[in-house]
Amino acid sequence: MMQYQDMFFNIDHGYLEGLVRGFKSGILKKGDYLNLVQCETLEDLKLHLQSTDYGNFLANEPSPLSVSTIDDKLKEKLVIEFNHLRNHCLEPLATFLDYVTYSYMIDNIILLITGTLRQRPISELIPKCHPLGSFEQMEAIHIASTPAELYNAVLVDTPLAPYFMDCISEQDLDEMNIEIIRNTLYKAYLEDFYQFCASLGGSTMESMCEALAFEADRRAFIITINSFGTELSKEDRAKLYPRCGKLYPDGLSLLGKADDYDQVRGVAESYGQYKALFDGAGNNAGDKTLEDKFFEHEVKLMKNSFMMQFQFGVFYAYVKLKEQENRNIVWIAECVAQRHRAKIDSYIEIF
Amino acid sequence: MDYEPRGPMKTLGVSPYPVYAAVWALGSTALTIIGGYYLLTGQGSRFDIGWLLGSISPYMWACMGIGLAISLSVVGAAWGIFTTGSSILGGGVKAPRIKTKNLISIIFCEAVAIYGIIMAIVITNNVGSFNNDTDSLEALKNSYAAGYKMFAAGLTVGICNIACGICVGIVGSGAALADAQSSSLFVKILIIEIFGSAIGLFGVIVAILQIAGSKIGSD
Repeated sequence: MMQYQDMFFNIDHGYLEGLVRGFKSGILKKGDYLNLVQCETLEDLKLHLQSTDYGNFLANEPSPLSVSTIDDKLKEKLVIEFNHLRNHCLEPLATFLDYVTYSYMIDNIILLITGTLRQRPISELIPKCHPLGSFEQMEAIHIASTPAELYNAVLVDTPLAPYFMDCISEQDLDEMNIEIIRNTLYKAYLEDFYQFCASLGGSTMESMCEALAFEADRRAFIITINSFGTELSKEDRAKLYPRCGKLYPDGLSLLGKADDYDQVRGVAESYGQYKALFDGAGNNAGDKTLEDKFFEHEVKLMKNSFMMQFQFGVFYAYVKLKEQENRNIVWIAECVAQRHRAKIDSYIEIF
Repeated sequence: MDYEPRGPMKTLGVSPYPVYAAVWALGSTALTIIGGYYLLTGQGSRFDIGWLLGSISPYMWACMGIGLAISLSVVGAAWGIFTTGSSILGGGVKAPRIKTKNLISIIFCEAVAIYGIIMAIVITNNVGSFNNDTDSLEALKNSYAAGYKMFAAGLTVGICNIACGICVGIVGSGAALADAQSSSLFVKILIIEIFGSAIGLFGVIVAILQIAGSKIGSD
């Protein structure tokens, strides 16, 4: 579809690519983190953040700062930048950026259903949703008590509707059900996004398919590990694996048969990049968790996609790196606020 | 791999390809019938390429050469400038210092259009007047040959400059984005850009050699 895209890319997307690379240069560096972990109070943290690209984004906040205010403001900044990109872009970048927001929409839907299930009022839940994934019908979500109702009342008008086809049922929503819905939605979303990126071709395909394949495999591993000791049957579990990763098809069928962590590890042994991740992970004090290893690998992939020009991977990478930075700052802020400095260094460095 | 949800990927409207296919089929059928008719009735000599080329006036060839030299060069330059320019704009939002330095990349692209102008002027200078009735056979031969050479020179410089413009534009856009990240990279990428810019110069040199000594008309 996009042949010779180096020649034509800048007609429509050159400005935004330059802009997003400019945004990327504002991502916190190693030195910034070294300063942040030295902080004694949240006010210190605020002062240090002021000297970075964030500027005085916390200037108007009342003095006893809370970690959640910082989190909200960090998200707000990302959303402002993302919406600026989204408002100025042309097809097919517009569709691409919409795809990026779908994953946040899925998370929001799940958060709202879980919250309603626990009898929380919807007005309390809405502010907790990620603003990138907010959509109009969100507030109506609490009326649904079965997946079919959820689809008919809320999701049918959202872009997620086609992903929901596989999980329409008349069963009542319960914790187990919600997890299955989340993973089925994610699976359909990842496969669709993968397909879309593959149809764009060129270096967008090269960088995005790599990133999405990793995302798919990570989900497959995590689903398998989390399913041990639950009532999820192996057949149901195998249905949740996204089929666009490097594990498809052999690795996934092996994962489908796995009974414990060691067998999952055995599956990863046959895949060079995942073997390294599993080898580096451990549960002892001082070791990095598997989740952190996955995050680290994701950051590496995202950084690599900035090495190629004239492709959309940078937009996805920017959002993902910003999200990681957000997690890092919140982690450091939590450690500072709770005066629990032992683990403050386990943030994931980006640049 | 089979992916079920294909919702957001639709093509709108009717595909135009059947129309193209029909036009193509009709055209090639007509050509085959006419060609076959001439061939079988002993009139094959009517497909005479030499006659076609010879009956086009040298002025026509020369002016086509001039036109192609300048227009293709300008297309190349414009292509380079928008490729570089949009990246400078984007990169310049967060790093305004790049905007003056990277004008060099724009100037490199502009130079491509200047090569085209130079070539067009050089060719124009060699177009004099000739007379089919009074000139000697030798002079006529020279005039006709000069016409072909000018056309070829124009095409050479035009196509070289399109390639050069695109090349300089893409490298220039990379230079702008790299400069925005780290200003030490600018000079290094500029060298690559100079090499890219040189391929347009090759076209100009070869084109000048092509038309060296040829002139339409006898003084």
